[in-house]
Formats: sequence, C-alpha cells, structure tokens
Amino acid sequence: MASMTYRAALNEALREEMERDPDVFLMGEEVAEYDGAYKVSKGLLDEFGERRVVDSPISELGFGGLGVGAAMAGLRPVIEFMTFNFAFLAIDQVINAAAKMYYMSNGQFPMPVVFRGPTGAALQLSAQHSQACETYYAHAPGCKVVTPATPADAKGLLKASIRDDDPVAFMEGELLYNFKGEVPEDDDFVIPLGKAEVKREGADVSIITHGKMLHVALQAANKLEEDGVEAEVLDLRTVRPLDVDAILETVKKTNRAVYLEEGWSFLGVGAQVVTLIQEEAFDWLDAPVLRVTQADVPMPYAKNLEQLAKPNADRVVDACNKVLYR
Amino acid sequence: MAQTTAEPDQNAEQAEEAAPDINSARAADGHRWETRDVEDPFDHFGIPAEDARGLLADMLLYRRFEEKAEEAYAIGKIGGFCHLHIGQEAAAAGCIKPLRSEDYVVTAYRDHTQALAKGVEPEAVMAELYGRRDGASGGKGGSMHIFDKSVRFMGGHGIVGGQIPLAAGIGWKVHYREEDEVVVCFMGDAAVNQGAFHETLNMSAIWQLPVIYVVENNAYGMGTAFKRVSKLSVADRGKGYGIPCSSVDGQDVLATYAHFRDLVAGVREQGGPRYVDVQTYRFRGHSMSDPVSGTYRSKAEVKSATEHDDPIALLRDRLMDADELDQEALEEMDADARETASAAADFADESPPPDPEALYTHVWAEVNEHGRLFFDGRDRPEGL
Ligand SMILES: Cc1ncc(C[n+]2csc(CCOP(=O)(O)OP(=O)(O)O)c2C)c(N)n1
Ligand SMILES: [Mg+2]
Repeated sequence: MASMTYRAALNEALREEMERDPDVFLMGEEVAEYDGAYKVSKGLLDEFGERRVVDSPISELGFGGLGVGAAMAGLRPVIEFMTFNFAFLAIDQVINAAAKMYYMSNGQFPMPVVFRGPTGAALQLSAQHSQACETYYAHAPGCKVVTPATPADAKGLLKASIRDDDPVAFMEGELLYNFKGEVPEDDDFVIPLGKAEVKREGADVSIITHGKMLHVALQAANKLEEDGVEAEVLDLRTVRPLDVDAILETVKKTNRAVYLEEGWSFLGVGAQVVTLIQEEAFDWLDAPVLRVTQADVPMPYAKNLEQLAKPNADRVVDACNKVLYR
Repeated sequence: MAQTTAEPDQNAEQAEEAAPDINSARAADGHRWETRDVEDPFDHFGIPAEDARGLLADMLLYRRFEEKAEEAYAIGKIGGFCHLHIGQEAAAAGCIKPLRSEDYVVTAYRDHTQALAKGVEPEAVMAELYGRRDGASGGKGGSMHIFDKSVRFMGGHGIVGGQIPLAAGIGWKVHYREEDEVVVCFMGDAAVNQGAFHETLNMSAIWQLPVIYVVENNAYGMGTAFKRVSKLSVADRGKGYGIPCSSVDGQDVLATYAHFRDLVAGVREQGGPRYVDVQTYRFRGHSMSDPVSGTYRSKAEVKSATEHDDPIALLRDRLMDADELDQEALEEMDADARETASAAADFADESPPPDPEALYTHVWAEVNEHGRLFFDGRDRPEGL
C-alpha cells in the first residue's frame, strides 16, 4: 500500500493505462501544458508527448464528439471535461452518439471512451459551477457512471473504465483531489465496475451513497455511533451498473435505509435506489427509506445559503434517527 | 495583422526573448498600433480632453475596485471564483461608455467592471462579491453572476460562450419590436471556439440583429495561448458570416471609445450586427486561484505589458503631456476612486447575509396551486 492523494491516484491510473495501451490518449482543456485545471494530468505531457496528451480549444461539443469518433475508429480516448458543468455542452454527443452507438449499429461499434472530470459542488462557485451531474448520464441506457470517493477507488475504477468497452462518465470531486488514502501498489490494480463496497459495517441502519458524499456518510455514522447507533455505510462506487445485490444485502441486514446524494432529489440516483428497495426488499423494511439531498434549488453563492443548500452529516443523522423512530 | 503558425514551444520562446515595447502577445506578430503615437490624440479621436478625463476617472475606479476585491478575496471576504479585469479596463470604459442607458450589455464571468461601466452601483457589485443581501443579485449569484435589470446589465455568465446566444435573443427583441437599442455582448477570445459563437453570428447576420459582439482578446484562455487553439486570429474568426469585422487597440481607451461611438451609431441607424476584436491584456491570473504567469506566459511578458500597455498610464500620460491634467488633479481623481472602492467594501461588509428563507425564493416564478414543485422533503418558508 502507498499513501497518496486522489489526484495522484488518478494520475497514476492514467499513466499506467497509457503505458499499457498505446491507443489510450488524453484530450481536454488545459490538460497538457497547464497539467490540467486540477493538476490531474501533471507530467503526462512530458512523458507521453503532444500526440497523446492534447490541449483542446474550449469546444466541449467538438472534442467530446471527437472522442466518440476516435472510439468508433478503434482508439480509447480519455476526454477530460474541466468540470461536468461544462459537459452540458457535449451531452448531445455523449447521449445521442456514445450511449447509443453500439446499439444502433447492432454491435458493430463498441464505445470505449471515458469522459472524466469533477462533478458536484466545491466552495461558493454558485449556480452554474456546482452541479452534481450523475443523473443526466445514468438516465441513458448505454452510458456507465462511475463515482469514486477514495484514492484507491479512483485508481482502480479509472483503470477499469479505460479498459471498458462502453462509454463511461467518470465523475470525480473537486474537493476530493487533495484527499489522501492508501492505494495498492500493483500496476494491475483494477476494481470492476458495478461493485459497491461497504465502507463501514453496522447493524442498525444503512446509509447508502455514492461519490464524495461517502465522507459525509462516514461523518454521520461517527456521530450516530456516539449515540449508540451503528450505521452501515454502503458506497455504490458505480451508479450504473448498479450493485443491486449489495443494496439489498445491507437493507436486509439493517431493515432501515437512508440514501444520501449530493445532487437534487427529483428523479435522482436515490429515487432509483429507493424504488429498487421497495420493489425487491419491501418485506424487509421497518421504515420508509428517506433521502438526503441538495435543497431543491440552484446552488446559491452566499456562504450561508450554500451551507443550507448542501446535504450535511447532521441532516443524515436526522434522517437516520427518523427511520429508527428515535 | 500578421498571422503566425508557429509551434507552441516556439511561441513561448519568442515571448521570452521579445522584450517588446507593447503587449508582447501582439509583439510576436510584429504589430504596433500607430494610433499610440498620434500627435494630438484628443483631436485625432474626436474626444475632448474633458471627456477623456472622465474616462480616466472611470478606469481608475475600475482598477481600485478590483484591487479592493483582490484584497477582500485574500482575507476570505469573497469566495469561489473571482476573475479580475485589471489591465482590461479600457475595454469596459471604451465599449460601454458610448452606449445609452437603455442599451444592453451582457458578458461572461469577468464582469465586475463592465457592470460598473453600465451603471450598476459599486456598492451593489461589491456586496454581490461578498455574497450579501444588498448585492446586485441578492448574494445568490456571486462574482460571476452580477445582474441589474434596472440598468440593462444582463448578466455575468459562467459557461464560456453561454452569453453569446443570449445577446442574440436580446437583439431579437429589439428587432422584433422595431426599437433602436443596441446590445453589446462581451466574450473572451477562448469563447470563439465554442459552437454557440458560430451559430449565433450566423443567426445575427441573417436577421441583422443589433448586436455588437466584442471579443476581449487578452490572448489567453485560462492557461492556453489563443494561438495554440486557433489557426486564425481572433479578428479572422468572425469572418465568414457576412458581418463587418474590425480590430481595435483595447489598451487605448480613446481608440476603443471612438471606435465604439461610431459602431454604436451605425448599428442604431442601420442595424447590426458587428464583430470587434478588442486587443487587450490581463495583468492578473485567470482567476484569483490561478498564477499570473507560468508555463503559458512568461513573467517578462507580463512585466512588459504592465509597463508599456497599461490603459490607465497610457491615457494619464497623454493628458499630462497635453497639459490637460496635473499631478494634483490626478491624485485627487485617484483618491476619489479609492474612496468609492473603499466605501463599496465597507457597505458590503455591513450588508447582512441573505435571509435563510431566500434559499427557496426565485426558483420558480410562482408557486403552482395544483402540483408540487419542491421535492427535497425539507421545511420551507410559508407559501413555498
Ligand atoms: C463551457 C466552459 N468550459 C470551460 C470553462 C472553464 N473556463 C472558465 S474561463 C475559461 C477560459 C476562458 O478564456 P477567455 O474566453 O479567453 O476569457 P478570459 O478569461 O480570458 O476573459 C475556462 C476554460 C467554462 N467556464 N465553461
Ligand atoms: Mg482570454
């Protein structure tokens, strides 16, 4: 095991996959000379040269689509969006082209392209720069959605995503880049897509989450522990494919669940998980499943409003207490 | 303007060794604006010295205001992204001051001084940066999203290129109602690589929308030189749509003002659109969290630009050389600017944060009686 930041873990994953497969290239705004807006691609230009680490113009629709075409022709593009807020400009190519190509062509064109970048809110970046975008991508059949919350998951899942033959929206977190953790020192360390992980065991209530909210869930679990409640924290790690077995298992164990997500509630990831639980584990439930999400408003700038808008550990604790009827 | 097809690394070298006497991003093209050296600039541009002094006072205010914002950011009073306009003040004054109050301005996230130029109160702009209740957008928008309908400042917009079609929409209204207002749409040089730019220019041309598209060409996106992401110059990128295109020395506020005075009059009379490459230079980092120089531009280049291409110094020297301004008057003018900026900061500091209930206001135009609009399961103020 080596201790490294989430940023360094992503960097290693890119480096190793680019070494392993000459068809892998990285393209996006500021990825080469500037080392990436968040320095994820630091050093890659020097190591792999301008052919494989490419600064694009600010043309998300264009270079997003270029990634799709390159994948059709046999390359394995990694397309970096400076953040997923800007990927809205490219979502036509992701949904209308990438997610459907394999199907429309009756299997002739697999789509091994990764679209990656941070999703969700950082600090006071206001309405257009603070959106959790998972749902938009997870909604479309044909597009995988990966949301690592730890350095190890970031590395293992990015390597798996690059090797995957489907388009992957690989969603990082701006506030996670400096987060440190242990990462296995194996250059073939790959975490299969679609496998959730119990990040904390507990018997009383399940907090199910994905992406950087994992850390809020763990905080909440610690607070609950002080109160004698043992919460289990299940990190989906990939939103789609969704690890249904892991969800049902934790619900059957604790009989109570709370879904925590960073984005909006309406038709959110939690809505899908709650549906699944009531469809397939209704008899195991001792309480309705609750959700903790961002307030149902665009993200405000003012510090006090932003804090109110974001989900936090106290809200998760409250929701857990509710499903525990405490 | 000379074109370059040089490789990126050669560009960097050129910039390093050039030590040019004008904005080196331009010097690499071997270009110097002749109008910098005209004998009597006030006469040449048809701007009386009195008005020029007004432009100097405006730009000084913008500079001091941004410096105040910079200070406030450093001590955590302003958060998030904050993009300063320092170095580009002549674009705000020169492009906006020729407008009438009923004309429109829409811009990107580097929006503080354009807001000031269009008449948004300095207090309201600063309070917005502070995220306070009395901010132009009630503290909800922040630095990138200043809005003030009362002076037709149609916003700071955060998605590169996102404001360009909006400008066409505003122009469409003018055309639709057969009015004579003019719309000025600012964007950065990097925005010309967005599809929205090209789609909008074409639509504006076919419908003759009264919009002046202004590229504040500071030669860089965040950390990427324009030359690395465009085969053609900014000026040439507007061509191909049947729109009159021009370039202007955006560090020379007299040149910029005079050019826009004529453009605005032309658009008002004959309709639009127009496309202008306003050549300028950013003296600070892209945003408060970005370095001033680095791999993408050298320290020497920035130093040279600040020494030789400061729009404020350029006009100050012209006025002083013509005995239209003395040291005392300059100092007084600067003291006023500092005073206004400080007062704005004090005002912002004293303005309370938004009411917590504001979280749920202005999401929807009105609350629907029949269906439910909010789905977060949280308590909300009465009536929402
Ligand atoms: C669609 C989109 N992509 C990326 C970004 C991130 N970003 C913000 S500003 C910027 C550079 C823009 O440069 P330019 O248009 O030249 O304007 P300047 O900052 O120089 O004023 C980038 C890449 C964004 N806000 N929107
Ligand atoms: Mg620029």
